[in-house]
Amino acid sequence: MPDGNIGQPVKRREDQRFLTGKGRYTDDIHRQGELHAYFLRSPHAHAAIKSIDTSAAKGEGVVAIFTGADMAADKVGSLPCGWTVTDRNGQPHKAPPHFPLARDKARYVGDHVAMVIATSYAAAKDAAERIEVDYDVLPANTNTAKFAKAPELHAEAPGNLCYDWVLGDEAAIKQAFAGAAHVTKLDLVNNRLIPNAMEPRAAIAEYDSGTGEYTLWSTSQNPHLLRLILCAFVLGIPETKLRVIAPDVGGGFGSKIFAYAEETACVWASKKLDRPVRWTGDRSEAFLADAHGRDHVTHVELAMDKDGKFLGLKVDTVAAMGAYLSSFATCVPTYLYATLLAGQYTTPVIYCNVKAVFTNTAPVDAYRGAGRPEATYLLERIVEVAAREMKMDPAELRRKNFIQPSQYPYQTPVALVYDTGNYEASLDAALAMIDYKGFPARKAASKAKGKLRGIGFSSYIEACGIAPSAVVGSLGAGVGLWESAQVRFNATGTVSVLTGSHAHGQGHETTFAQLVADQLGIPYENVDVVHGDTGRIPMAMGTYGSRSLAVGGSAIVRACNKVIEKGKKIAAHLLEASVDDIEFKNGAFTVAGTDKSKTMAEVAFTAYVPHKYPADLEPGLDETAFYDPLNFTYPAGTHIAEVEIDPDTGVTTIADWVAVDDFGNVINPMIVEGQVHGGIAQGIGQALLENCVYDQESGQLTTGSYMDYCMPRADDLPSFKVGLTTTACTHNPLGVKGCGEAGAIAAPPALINAITDALGVMHMEMPASSEKVWRAAQAAK
Amino acid sequence: MPTVSMTVNGQQVSREVEGRTLLVQFLRDQLNLTGTHVGCDTSQCGACVVHLDGKSVKSCTVLAAQANGAKVTTIEGLAKNGELHPVQAAFKEHHGLQCGFCTPGMVMSAVDLLQHNKSPTEHEIREWLEGNICRCTGYHNIVKAIDHAAKQMGS
Amino acid sequence: MYDFTYHRPGSVGDAAAALGKAGDGKLMAGGMTLIPTLKQRLANPSDLIDLGGIAELKGIKEEGGALVIGAMTTHAEVAASALVKGKIAALAALADGIGDPQVRNRGTIGGSIANNDPAADYPAACLGLGATIKTNKRSIAADAFFKGMFETALEDGEIVTAVSFPVPSKAGYAKFPNPASRYAIVGVFVAKTGSGVRAAVTGAGPCVFRDKAIEDALTGSWSADAVKGSSASAGSLNSDIHASSDYRAHLIGVMAKRAVQAAG
Repeated sequence: MPDGNIGQPVKRREDQRFLTGKGRYTDDIHRQGELHAYFLRSPHAHAAIKSIDTSAAKGEGVVAIFTGADMAADKVGSLPCGWTVTDRNGQPHKAPPHFPLARDKARYVGDHVAMVIATSYAAAKDAAERIEVDYDVLPANTNTAKFAKAPELHAEAPGNLCYDWVLGDEAAIKQAFAGAAHVTKLDLVNNRLIPNAMEPRAAIAEYDSGTGEYTLWSTSQNPHLLRLILCAFVLGIPETKLRVIAPDVGGGFGSKIFAYAEETACVWASKKLDRPVRWTGDRSEAFLADAHGRDHVTHVELAMDKDGKFLGLKVDTVAAMGAYLSSFATCVPTYLYATLLAGQYTTPVIYCNVKAVFTNTAPVDAYRGAGRPEATYLLERIVEVAAREMKMDPAELRRKNFIQPSQYPYQTPVALVYDTGNYEASLDAALAMIDYKGFPARKAASKAKGKLRGIGFSSYIEACGIAPSAVVGSLGAGVGLWESAQVRFNATGTVSVLTGSHAHGQGHETTFAQLVADQLGIPYENVDVVHGDTGRIPMAMGTYGSRSLAVGGSAIVRACNKVIEKGKKIAAHLLEASVDDIEFKNGAFTVAGTDKSKTMAEVAFTAYVPHKYPADLEPGLDETAFYDPLNFTYPAGTHIAEVEIDPDTGVTTIADWVAVDDFGNVINPMIVEGQVHGGIAQGIGQALLENCVYDQESGQLTTGSYMDYCMPRADDLPSFKVGLTTTACTHNPLGVKGCGEAGAIAAPPALINAITDALGVMHMEMPASSEKVWRAAQAAK
Repeated sequence: MPTVSMTVNGQQVSREVEGRTLLVQFLRDQLNLTGTHVGCDTSQCGACVVHLDGKSVKSCTVLAAQANGAKVTTIEGLAKNGELHPVQAAFKEHHGLQCGFCTPGMVMSAVDLLQHNKSPTEHEIREWLEGNICRCTGYHNIVKAIDHAAKQMGS
Repeated sequence: MYDFTYHRPGSVGDAAAALGKAGDGKLMAGGMTLIPTLKQRLANPSDLIDLGGIAELKGIKEEGGALVIGAMTTHAEVAASALVKGKIAALAALADGIGDPQVRNRGTIGGSIANNDPAADYPAACLGLGATIKTNKRSIAADAFFKGMFETALEDGEIVTAVSFPVPSKAGYAKFPNPASRYAIVGVFVAKTGSGVRAAVTGAGPCVFRDKAIEDALTGSWSADAVKGSSASAGSLNSDIHASSDYRAHLIGVMAKRAVQAAG
C-alpha cells in the first residue's frame, strides 16, 4: 500500500524538526530592535490599587512603564467573553470588565498591574521590583462554594453571581423522582486544574509605522480568533492591519485558545514605542495567570426504578469563573456540560442548575474536555454509586441503561441529538481486554500480598466537532464555529493545503496530507500543510473541542471536491469531451468508457500554463471551502481502570488500563492512539495527582510550581491498552468524530471508581492522594 | 563581564557573559541554539536537558560560567551527518512526541540513560524519566521508543 | 536572578579567601538548590564562589574503616561507586534516589548537607550512620551538625570538605517521596553501627532527627516487626497540602520497617 493512505499509521513529518532542535516556537523568534516586557502582578488576592509610583523604577535599560491608566487613556477595551449565557430569568450573564492591565482593583494573585518594557528581560524584571504600588488590601474569597457570602469582586455582579442558569423542566424532574424506587445522591467536587502545556505562553508584537501594520507571533491555538478579538473588541485595529502568526506551539489543551492580557499589551505597546515588544512567561506566571480548568462543586441525584432503570437525573452545580470572564468561560459549565448529562443512557428526564460565580482566583475556562469531563465525572460516579447501593454489577447497570443502536438518531432530554453509536460494543470489548472475569482471582492475589485491588468503569460520551453555527448562535455564541480550508495546486503538481485548524501536537501536517493525498489521488509527499498564520490562511476558527478533523478535515474534503470539479472542466477541455463524461478516480480524469485520461498533475500544470484555454475556462487550480457542521459528533467508549492499593501507605498503583473508544473512521491510527494516551494521562493526573490549591486565608496560590502542583510523570503511569470500535459519524464526509479529549473525559471517573471499589467506600474527592486513600483504608479495616 | 569558552556540538565558542547567565540562556540567546527549551523555573521539567561533558544536566540550573572549558552537546548536535541518532529515530518511529517542546530534553535524557544502561526495563526507563515532564504523550510511546532504541543500539 | 561576581577557585584555601573578601559571598557546590533559589530572586549574593573546580573536594576512599566521601562528589558518583555499594549499599541506594538523574549528575553531598533542607536525603544518612562532617576548620559529628531548618553548625567561612561514614554492619533507607517535588515526605535511615542502632528521620519535621522509639525497638530486636512507631509526636511534625502531621507520623513507622527490610 502506498505510504500516506488513509488508515495507515504514517510516521509524522513534523518530527524531523522537533527531534533535531529545529522547531520554531514563539520564544525562538527574534526581531530587530526588540524590547522585553515584564508584567508586575498583584501579590494580593483582592486589593484596591490606590496609586502606582514608577519613578524609582525608571533607570538603566527601562524604556517604558505602563499601567491601566495608560491603556484607559488610549481607550483600550476590555477582553471580551465571547458567549452570552442567558440566565433563568432571561437576562444575559453579568460581564464585568476585564482590562488587560488592572485599573481600580486587583482581583487575584497574579493579576496584571503594570507592564515594564526594557532593553533586556532582566532589566525589566529589576525595574518591576522598584515600582511602588499602594494597595488597600481587601478581604478575598478563593472558595467556590462560599461565593454568596464572600466580599464582592465586581459592582456589576451582585453576590458574585455571573449567572444562575437552568436546563430542563423542574416539574418533570420532580415527577420523575416522585415515582422512583431508589434515589442515589452524591456531593462531589471537580477539582481545579492548571493546564500546564509544556511551552509557556509567549508573544512578540511588531508594528510597522510605514504601513500601519502589526504582526503578532503568539502561542495561540487559533490565531484568527485572537485577531478577531483583539481587533474588534480590544484594540480597535482594522483586521487588515493585524497579522497573527502562531508558529510551532508547545501544547495547548485549551489554555491557548483565549485572548490574554500579555499579548494584548504587547501589541498595544509595540505601536506606542514603535519597537518590537516580546514577552515570554515563565512557569510561575503560567501557574498564576493561564486560564485554569474545572472547579465545580456539585450535588447530584439519580432516580431509578426497582430494576435500576434510570428515571431522572438532577444536578446542581456551582462553577467558578475566577476573577474575570475568560474568552469562553461562560459556555463551559453550561452548553458543554449540562448537554452531556444523558451520557450513554436513556435517562428520560434531566434537570440541571448551574450557578457561575466569581472568586479571587485566576480565570477559569476550557481545559481539555471542557465541561464534558465534569459531566462525565458526576454521571459515571453516581452510576457507580447507584450500582453499589443496588448491589448490581456496575457494568451490567450501565448496559441496562444504554441507548441502543436501533434508537439513532437519539434525542436526549438535554438538547443534543446523537447520530450514531454502539455503546455495548465498546463496553464488551473493554471487558474482554481487561479480562473482567479474571478480576476476582486478581483481587484475591492482591489480598494475599496485603494489597487492595479495585476495578472501575467509565462509559463516556462527548460532543465534539464543535460546532454547528446555527445551534451555538441560538445559544448565545458570538462566533460561528465552522472551519475553512484552501487547497492550492502549484504548477508543478504539488499541493499546499491551508487549514484553519492549528496544530500544537496533534500531527495535522501528517494527517491532513494523508487526507488530501487520498482525496486527490496524488503522492502524500506532494502535499504540504500550512497553518497558524492569518496572513496566509483564509478566515478560520482554530483548534479546540476535538474539531480539527471533523470540521477542519471536512472543510478540506469540500475544498478537494471543488478542486476535482474544476479539474473536470479542465480535463474535459484537454480531452475534448463533455464535462459530464469526465470521471475522477485514483488521481486521474477519464472520459467515461474510454481509456482517454489525464492525470491530476497534468491538469494542474495546464491550469497554470493555460496556453490553449477557451475564454470561459478560468485558469488556476486553487479552491477555498468553508464547512459548518450539521451536528456535533459523539465519540464514546468505555475505559476500565484496575488499581492496587498499599493500605500501609495509601499509594495507588495503576495495575491496568483499558480504553476502547469509538471515534468513527480513523485516518492515522498511530496519531489517534497517541491522543488517547495523552488524554488518559491528563485524566489520571486530575484523579490521582493534580490539584490547584489557593490558601483559604491569604488567597495565595499554594500550588504555584512543580514543587507543589503534581504533574504526572512517567513513573506514575502504566502503559495503556487501547482499542477501537467504529460507528461512522453520519453527518460529515469523513465519518469521523474526533479523539483529542476522550482520555481526559473518560479517565477520572474510571480511576476514582476503581479506587473506591478497592477501598469499599462510596466516594473520594479528587485527587485521590495517598493520604486520603490511607485514611479510607484505615477506616475500612 | 567574564568570557566563557566551551565546545558546543564540536565547535569551539567563546562569549562574554554575566555571572548570572545560565547555560540555557547562553545556548539559546547567544548561540541561537533554540532546540534547548525552558519549560519551568524550578529545575523539574527537563525541557532544557543537554549533555555536559557527556552527562545529562539541566541547562537551566547550570551557569554558563560553570561550563567554561567543557564539552556541551545539545539536541542540534545529536544527529551525525544528517542521520538521526537511534533514539531520535525511535521517537519518530514510535510516535514518542506530539508538540515537540519537551522532546529535545527527553531525547537527551534518554541518550544518557542508554549510556548507563544498555537494556533498561520499562520500570527503569520510567524511573529515569523522573526529571522530564511531558504533557502530551502520557509517556506511553516515549517509553516504547526508548525501549526500542535500546534494542536497536544493542543489536 | 540578580547579578553577582562569579569565582571559580582551584583550592579550598582560595575559596575561603574569596569568600572572606566578598561583601556578601555565597558558596556554591552543585547548585541544584542554590541556582533555583537565585532564579526565584530569593537570594542576592554579591559573589558566588563555585567549588566545582577544586579537585581535592572530589572522590571516595576508604580510610580507617570509614568511607570518606569528598564534599563535591556527586550523587551519581556515590550511587555508582563500587566501593560505596560494597561497604554501605544503603548509602549508594539513597544517593541513587535523590532528585532525578540530571540532579544526581550535578548535586553533591557537601552541598546537600550544608543546605540541610528538611526534606533532603543525605542528612538522614549522615545522622543515621553517625557520620563525621569534615570542614576546612574542624570535624563535626553529625549529631551536632544538623541544627534546624536549613541551619547547620557551619560557621561563616567554613567549608565542608568531606563526610566520613563509619561502615555499619547493617543499614537501610526508605523514602516516601512527595508526589510533586519528589523530596522526602518521610525518609528513614536505620543502621546497626559500632555505637549501637541509629535511626534518623528526614522530611517529617523541621530538621532531620533521631527517632528513639525506633532505635530502642531495633536495639531490642533488629526486625521490621519490632518497629511499632515513631517517638515523634504528630504535633512536632510538618503538615502541608501533601501530608498531614498524623500521616507523616504513621509513615515514619512504615518507612522504618521498610528500611529494616532493605537493610536485610
